[in-house]
Amino acid sequence: MYTQALNAPEEGTLIEDAARAANFQARIDAEERIEPNDWMPSAYRKTLVRQISQHAHSEIVGMLPEGNWITRAPSLRRKAALLAKVQDECGHGLYLYAAAETLGASREELVDAMLAGKAKYSSIFNYPTLTWADIGVIGWLVDGAAIMNQIPLCRCSYGPYARAMIRVCKEESFHQRQGYEIMLTLSRGSNEQKAMAQDALNRWWWPVLMMFGPPDGASQHSDTSTKWKIKRFSNDELRQKFIDATVPQAQYLGLSIPDPAMKQDADGHWIHGPIDWNEFKQVLAGNGPCNRDRLAARRKAHADGAWVREAAAAFAAKRKSRQMAQAAE
Amino acid sequence: MTTRNTPLWEVFIRSRNGLAHKHCGSLHAADATMALQAARDVYTRRGEGLSIWVVPSSAITASDPADKGMLFEPAESKIYRHPTFYEVPDEVGHM
Repeated sequence: MYTQALNAPEEGTLIEDAARAANFQARIDAEERIEPNDWMPSAYRKTLVRQISQHAHSEIVGMLPEGNWITRAPSLRRKAALLAKVQDECGHGLYLYAAAETLGASREELVDAMLAGKAKYSSIFNYPTLTWADIGVIGWLVDGAAIMNQIPLCRCSYGPYARAMIRVCKEESFHQRQGYEIMLTLSRGSNEQKAMAQDALNRWWWPVLMMFGPPDGASQHSDTSTKWKIKRFSNDELRQKFIDATVPQAQYLGLSIPDPAMKQDADGHWIHGPIDWNEFKQVLAGNGPCNRDRLAARRKAHADGAWVREAAAAFAAKRKSRQMAQAAE
Repeated sequence: MTTRNTPLWEVFIRSRNGLAHKHCGSLHAADATMALQAARDVYTRRGEGLSIWVVPSSAITASDPADKGMLFEPAESKIYRHPTFYEVPDEVGHM
C-alpha cells in the first residue's frame, strides 16, 4: 500500500546494527506500528513476506472449493451471496498481496512461488466440497476460524498488514453469518438435509481445528513472531477460543461435534480429544485430497489469463507511445 | 513476455460523508483506465465511496522516516499553537 520503489532492501546490513535492532524492538514494545520505509531486521521482513503471502495465497486458493458450488447453489439468493463471498476472497487476496509487496517482494514472484508449489497456503483448502452443506460449514467454521486468527492480526506490529486485516475482518463477518444461515436452514429441513449438514460437520471439524496450526511447543515460528507482535495469541489459545465459541452454535443447530472425547471442564471450556497431526503433516506435504487439483486449477487460470495481461500491457504501451509522439509534434 | 511487473497504483477514495479522498490501498494495472476499474472492484464493493483517484505509485515522493525528528519535532514544542495554551476566565463563557 506504498510504492515498492521506496522499499528497496537495505544495502550493507548483513551485520545488522545492534542499536537499530534495539530501537526497533523498543518501538514494537511501545506498541508503535512499523511502516514500510522504517528500518526493520531482515528476519522480520522475511517472516512477514512469508506469512502475508501465504495468507494471500490462501484467500486465492480458497476461492476454488466454494467456486465449485456457484453454478449449483439451491436458489438465486444463495447464488448471489456465494458469488459475492467468492469475490470478497479474491479482494482479500489482493489486499494481502499489496501488503506483502510493501516489504519489497514483487507480485509476480509471490504468485510464481505459489504456482511452482514452493509457497504454502492454508491446509484447509485441500479438502473437497462434496455437498451444498459444505458451503455452509465453510462459512460457519472455516471463516469462523479465520476470523479468530485474523482479529488479533488487526493489531499486528506491521502497519500495512494490520490495515489489510481490518478490511478483511469487516467483510468476513458476512461470510460467517451466511454460512451459519445455510446450516440453520439445512438443520431445520428434511431428515436428508439434516443428515447432509451433520455429514459436512463430521468431515470438516478436525481439518478446521488444524487450521490453528500445530500445538504450542511444536510450532516453528511462534517465539520470534510473539516477540515482534506479529502473533498475539498462541495456536492452542486461539483453538480453544474457537471451540468454546463454536460448540454452543452447533448445539443450537442440533448437530453434534464429531469428537466422542470432548468434554467441558470446570471453567466451562470445551476440551477436544486428540487431533491427528499426521493428517495435517500429510496435507501440508502435498498429499491432501485436493492438493494437486488446486494447484492445477490455479496454474490453468494463470496460463489462460496470460493473453489478457499481455494484451493490456501491449495496449498501454501503444497508447503511451502515441501520446509521446503527439506531444513531440 | 511483456507481463512482468504490471505497474503499481495507489488508490484514494472519497467516502460519501464529504471528506477528502483518502488512501485506501494499492493495486496493479496496465493503465489508468484499468486501474480505475480494478479500484472499483477491489475497494468499493460495499458503497465505500463516491469518487476514486488512482495515482501511479512511482509518482509519489515520500518523506524519509529518518527525518521524522527534524520534520515534526518543531511542531511538538510549540504548545502556544493550541487554544488550551491561553487562559480565559470561566465567566467569559465558551470561546
